Amino acid sequence: MKHISIALAMAGLSVLSASVQGEMQGDAKRGAQAAALCIACHQADGGGKHIEGGESWPRLAGLNATYIANQLHDFKSGARSNASMEPFASMLNEQQIADVAAYYSQLPPTPGQGGEEVDEVLLQRGETIALHGDWSAYLVSCKSCHGPDNQGAGTVFPGIAGQHAGYIESQLQAWKGRTRNNDPQDLMGSVARRMSDEDVRAVAAWLANQPPAAKQQELSQ
Amino acid sequence: MMRKLSYLALTAAIGCSAMAHADERTEQFIQSLTELGFPAPKANELVHIPPGIDKLEEAEIHPELKRVIRRGHDLFINTQQLRGKNVFNGMQCSSCHLGDGRMPFSAPTWPAAVTLPDFRGKNGHVNSLEERIAGCFSFSMNGKPPEYGSDDMLALTAYHRWMASGVPMYPKQPIYGRGYPAPERPKELSYARGKDAFEQNCAICHGADGSGLQRDGKTIFPATWGDLSNNWGAGIVRVFTAAGFIKNNMPLGQPNSLSDQEAWDIAYYISSQERPQDPRYTGDVADTLERYGPTFHRHSMYGQKRESDGHLLGDHANTGEKGFLKPDTLRPRTFE
Repeated sequence: MKHISIALAMAGLSVLSASVQGEMQGDAKRGAQAAALCIACHQADGGGKHIEGGESWPRLAGLNATYIANQLHDFKSGARSNASMEPFASMLNEQQIADVAAYYSQLPPTPGQGGEEVDEVLLQRGETIALHGDWSAYLVSCKSCHGPDNQGAGTVFPGIAGQHAGYIESQLQAWKGRTRNNDPQDLMGSVARRMSDEDVRAVAAWLANQPPAAKQQELSQ
Repeated sequence: MMRKLSYLALTAAIGCSAMAHADERTEQFIQSLTELGFPAPKANELVHIPPGIDKLEEAEIHPELKRVIRRGHDLFINTQQLRGKNVFNGMQCSSCHLGDGRMPFSAPTWPAAVTLPDFRGKNGHVNSLEERIAGCFSFSMNGKPPEYGSDDMLALTAYHRWMASGVPMYPKQPIYGRGYPAPERPKELSYARGKDAFEQNCAICHGADGSGLQRDGKTIFPATWGDLSNNWGAGIVRVFTAAGFIKNNMPLGQPNSLSDQEAWDIAYYISSQERPQDPRYTGDVADTLERYGPTFHRHSMYGQKRESDGHLLGDHANTGEKGFLKPDTLRPRTFE
């Protein structure tokens, strides 16, 4: 039975079925099977990849499950538009989305990449924006929504510490250019549009170099 | 032209020749604020926006003073380090005073350093800067203030004094963006509309039940009512204060995005929820209302029946997380 469902899940067929009322419970074990679709970009450890000057693939490992599921729904419905993700998200049914989200949320977060080359001044600017904001431009700090260590808050505000610089930069640019607008109440968009390109680079570089989770910090010590 | 005038006023008010880059910084603030729908300074207003803590190192003051100011700033933005000692809810100073106490229209806290000691209607006597800060701890933090003269109290007052650097004591001009200026009160406030607007605009962070969001005991989003929120004696339980805070600052990053009606309805809705008892409680809600109505509660919903279900607000002895009602510092001064 297990083998059959693996085969079907890998083929992108909807065997694990049915609409459930409210938020669907994901099963990480089943999610591991469906995640076979994702590995090429998001890697076996869910760490994704920073590609300098190219399309970076975000780390999914350790992100909030509901957040991941919501993004997959949005790729599927077109609320979040991404040419690479749309076909893959469309292969997943509701249950598979919940499963794959549960699977990635339970993987240990891996460190962010990118931003190693930027100079100290830019990093300092990034730290200021992330931790204190720049109220002269009415930029509220990242941590005021993404949590004290920018490691995420609840189901809506994803962890951004230890996310790849290239990915953070591309998303902030997408919000600035209004090509990404699936954030609730335009909460990210309204801030991103007040950021300069340099602010975006600075904050992306600084965040990429921060620990993605407290656990990760302990492990590396 | 308007703007130029105000900078002249500013420079004249502060009377300092080394204000060139402060002027430029202030100009940037004003530009951002006006683009977001805040009024530009009026010609007669004192405009002061303190430098951020990142500028402290440049200040020509004793290194030990810098250390103390830094400590005060740290207490201001992470007041939760005093949880269980001085703070008995989930609030930080910076929960209500955005931009670390510097932002106009977000009740910037530095004016307290240049306008006190002064008479205060809320408690009917002359208050010092320390006593004003003690008020926040007693009401907004539902707590017990750090002792007068203690290291923590000195650090907090030092941070406030430093923020006010360059501003003369007892300025005669009105201060630009002081307090939470409220929009005009609409003719009617609605609990039901307030609930809807809260759920649409606020619940994503503060929760539909107003409990906010905590993780590992740390506040991420403060509670808008309930035991983790301010008590019934905090300034923000006055509906106009809450409406002003909301209109000028919420949702975070989107000031002035709510209509005046929405801001007031949300304030009315939040103000109609329970929270820890007013430390000035006499044991009877009607009696407490009678005593503190004229100076305070006539602007709040305390002691009134809630529109939705007739619940008498504040009629309880719940003090939240703290095991006492009133901190010792809340006492009259008579000078007799």
